Amino acid sequence: MSKRFELVVDRIKCDGRGLCAEILPEMIRLDSWGYPIIAPGTIPEHLVGLAQRAVDDCPVLAIALRRAEVQRQKER
Amino acid sequence: MSRLRLLAGPDLSIGAERLASHHGRLGPLPKGGHSLVDLLVRTELTGRGGAGFPVGLKWRAVAAASRGSAVVIVNGAEGEPHSKKDRLLMSSRPHLILDGALLAAASVHAREIVLYIGEGHHAALRSMTKAVGERNAGERRLIRIVAAPGRYVAGDSSATVHLVDAGIATPTTTPPPTRERGVGGAATLVQNVETLAHVALIARTGAATDTVLVTVAGAVRTPGVLEVNAGTPVGEAVQLAGGPSEPVRALLLGGYFGRWVEAAEAWSLPIDPQALRARGLSLGCGVLGVLPVSQCPVCEVAGIMRYLASESSAQCGPCFFGLRALADACTRIAERGTDAGDLQRLQRWSAEVQGRGACKHPDGVVMFLQSAMKTFGDEFTHHPAHLRKSA
Repeated sequence: MSKRFELVVDRIKCDGRGLCAEILPEMIRLDSWGYPIIAPGTIPEHLVGLAQRAVDDCPVLAIALRRAEVQRQKER
Repeated sequence: MSRLRLLAGPDLSIGAERLASHHGRLGPLPKGGHSLVDLLVRTELTGRGGAGFPVGLKWRAVAAASRGSAVVIVNGAEGEPHSKKDRLLMSSRPHLILDGALLAAASVHAREIVLYIGEGHHAALRSMTKAVGERNAGERRLIRIVAAPGRYVAGDSSATVHLVDAGIATPTTTPPPTRERGVGGAATLVQNVETLAHVALIARTGAATDTVLVTVAGAVRTPGVLEVNAGTPVGEAVQLAGGPSEPVRALLLGGYFGRWVEAAEAWSLPIDPQALRARGLSLGCGVLGVLPVSQCPVCEVAGIMRYLASESSAQCGPCFFGLRALADACTRIAERGTDAGDLQRLQRWSAEVQGRGACKHPDGVVMFLQSAMKTFGDEFTHHPAHLRKSA
């Protein structure tokens, strides 16, 4: 079974605190108003730990790891 | 039976058609179920609320997830400022809509039908309420009426569910889509009123309906709602609305989430959902907005951008702040004249906002703006400072 993940943001919960972009700048940058823009695609293996920290440390629980769509389709 | 029209029957000025007249004209309500869903898939009917989703496929998905507890929301929010066709249909042919809703409920095994009607559409509310009262007890028991706030996003399918569930007509985070998880967690079919009226006719004839409701607005002599045959050229619809009242610069096809098209190019376009999509355009909610040469497109676009920004439900940062910033930049160009920095910011912010809302409001606004900047490129890059002129 594959373990590829991607980051998804709940845009309504997200308050633009910006912690995620500090923890994982490799994949998350902030837009002109301080809200996260997530790099497309799955999270490289070596960044999964940091991604999990970005998820855990979000003060409003707005960001989550999700098993990647592409992988699911391949598994069928 | 030959093909039928939505607005056939008694004179529209009389108001709501009564149940006896409706039955006299069209016969009793046919049966819903599997075979109707298959028929809708075959006829390729698409939703007429704006998004144009294939109706048969949506019904199939809701039926599959229903387990007898689905909900049907009849969407008569009609929050698009220039659109009038849904309220005309509700106030004149309520039983056509109720037929469609009851067929939907039977086909997706629903336990409830919610009539979701814009609170400002008084005649529509009265007509639909009275029509429900004319129905038999079994049908009446299924149906309730909810008034929706007159906001642009109130017609979004997740917003309709949110209002029914929690009394707040703002969109919620999707996925899952409402067709899988809607009212009270049940599979929910949200369907525009015109779409349901088409279903009521399709179920009777067994064949696709052949008409489209459009609202012709702006610089025409007699703006209003028309039922035209699918494929009718845009120019012919404009002629049916009395023709242009002055020389025309461009048309906005499909309402505020639609596309701008140069007048010369627009006249020959066929009013047909599939044909327009094939050209990268959209019938949307069926508004044909006619912009005259005398009106400055940049100022018009800036005004619509301010409206659309103010209609953000202020839930998602990129939409709330981004649309405001875009509207401000448009307004600066309109008032103070073109500025290279503002043009660049419009491009950058459009890219930043796109795809970053819980609903499609920011995407629709960006699409509108991109199409405006493409069609009115010269005006955007050479706009004078308006305050210098008395025009």
